[in-house]
Amino acid sequence: MVEKNKNFQVVAHIVMIFLALCCIFPFALLIMSSITEENELIRNGYTLFPAELSMNAYLYMFKSGTKIVSAYLMTIFSTVVGTSCGLSMTVLMAYALSRRGLPGRNVMAFYVFFTMLFNGGLVPTYIMYTRYIPVSNTPWALIVPSLMVNAFYVIMMRTYFSTNIPDAVIEAARIDGAGEYRILLTIVLPMSIPMIATMTLLIGLAYWNDWKNGLYYLQQNKSLYSIQVLLNDMLRDVQALKSGMDAAAAAEISATMPSTGIKMAIAVVGVLPILIVYPFFQQYFVKGITIGAVKG
Amino acid sequence: MPTKSAALEQVGKSRSTPKKQSRFLRYLPLYLMFLPGALYLFMNNYAPMSGLIIAFKKVNWRKGILGSDWVGLSNFTYLFKTKDAFNITRNTLLYNITFIILGTVIAITIAILLNEITHKLMKQLYQTIILLPYLISIVVVSYLVFALLSSETGFVNNTILKAMGKDPVSWYTEPKYWPYILVIVHVWKTFGYDCILYYATLVGIDHSYYEAAVIDGANRWDQIVHVTLPCLLPTIITLTLMSIGKIFYSDFGLFYQVPMDSGPLLDITSTIDTYVYRGLIRLNDIGMSSAAGFYQSVVGFVLVLLANWTVKKVGGEENALF
Repeated sequence: MVEKNKNFQVVAHIVMIFLALCCIFPFALLIMSSITEENELIRNGYTLFPAELSMNAYLYMFKSGTKIVSAYLMTIFSTVVGTSCGLSMTVLMAYALSRRGLPGRNVMAFYVFFTMLFNGGLVPTYIMYTRYIPVSNTPWALIVPSLMVNAFYVIMMRTYFSTNIPDAVIEAARIDGAGEYRILLTIVLPMSIPMIATMTLLIGLAYWNDWKNGLYYLQQNKSLYSIQVLLNDMLRDVQALKSGMDAAAAAEISATMPSTGIKMAIAVVGVLPILIVYPFFQQYFVKGITIGAVKG
Repeated sequence: MPTKSAALEQVGKSRSTPKKQSRFLRYLPLYLMFLPGALYLFMNNYAPMSGLIIAFKKVNWRKGILGSDWVGLSNFTYLFKTKDAFNITRNTLLYNITFIILGTVIAITIAILLNEITHKLMKQLYQTIILLPYLISIVVVSYLVFALLSSETGFVNNTILKAMGKDPVSWYTEPKYWPYILVIVHVWKTFGYDCILYYATLVGIDHSYYEAAVIDGANRWDQIVHVTLPCLLPTIITLTLMSIGKIFYSDFGLFYQVPMDSGPLLDITSTIDTYVYRGLIRLNDIGMSSAAGFYQSVVGFVLVLLANWTVKKVGGEENALF
């Protein structure tokens, strides 16, 4: 081990602390703004240390209620269904491609890889999903288009399987009479926990964070909006929160709504689950992307 | 090891009898495993490729896509006559080139710094924190940017500029600031992820290289230039190549959502992706948006092949992507 230089250490720590603060600061600002009293916000803007705190924004948000709750349910539904389908397809494909000696393996790998090089783009995809495979304005709009199988993830996983699971182990299991599905479930998957966890996080995040599918394919059915699509709508117009409420309730809400603070409160609601879950996944995530990602 | 695996291969061969059918049956489960994903890719990725012909048609829904009239290149001549075509190409390319260069330099610098740190717990803490921006959606990023830049209540106008005694700036209507803002936001969101990728390679470098360098009298800086960077080169090439492959594409959310689709900023924030979206969904102009989309797909594809070919010629087969 080469001895590390002390001055270099100090510089490294100072730079890293500065960067860490840059990464955290906007989140801190967001959270503090969401609990700042409305008049204080109008006077002094969004700050880290507001003079007066208030939970009004959250109270109003939950009073106007159903919209946000249903958006949350849609997010959870699409994330769970989409991630389970996508993860299964990715694992199955990657395992098949990782098996040496499979006739046609190179052609199959190219079939997957080519989708990374060339694509039809938004216009044909949009026309297909609105006219020929009509998922638009149904709950499937949030699940089916674009997100389910990512060729890059398939290749990442294939690389992991073929570099981390010795052929000898699989051959031994075959000689003992285990079928491919048994091998995958009882040998390969238990040996690939970090990769599976990373994949779950990556695919899950893609679904949780997605707002484009909703923007493209839910134009006529706003009741199916997920939380990110709702956030996207409200960035420019907080009033979107009220759509679907009856007129009297909407009028009462908008007369007293702390509209500056509520924007921030809604964004907090959208990002909080990730901030809470991430630390638990963190160790797998860093391990996973570093193992599988670079050599494709 | 080679003898052992060769022996195993022998075993595998002798088990699969010469008969074709049993060979097929042996591999059938693997083909079945491949099938669901392959069908999905066929539907989601391959089927739309055939839809690229729309760019050469005047779509009439009553006749269907195949039945619609061919219009030759008129969608393209229409598109390239406007100044938009030049604008969106310039923006997409310039932003991406800046992102690639700046992003790579920053990610490598920070990966090297991170590697210097010996304190295990702090190192892990830094890794966790710098990855955070990568995990959140660009919509939430738009809210964060809004909290900073909103002209009435933003942090920059109300706290920073006020403290410096300067007048507030109407950020969302001043195009001159946006190239910087967009670059900062992009780098903020992605440097952590790229940094971890480089860091992983750094950790794998054989320590004897450094020891040899020290014996030759290399100081810290010499070691970085002569050992660390050459060892990182394959990773740099792979990642840069992947970015060049996507140089005609842009993060739609970054260019559409973060500037809040603000009219005065369009010249400087429009990319091919936002242009196609506006054409298709806002203006319902299928001809023009499909022409722009076709242009993006085809030129993007040619650029990937070109980048890969260049690397093969200059850096050798092992550095190329395919």
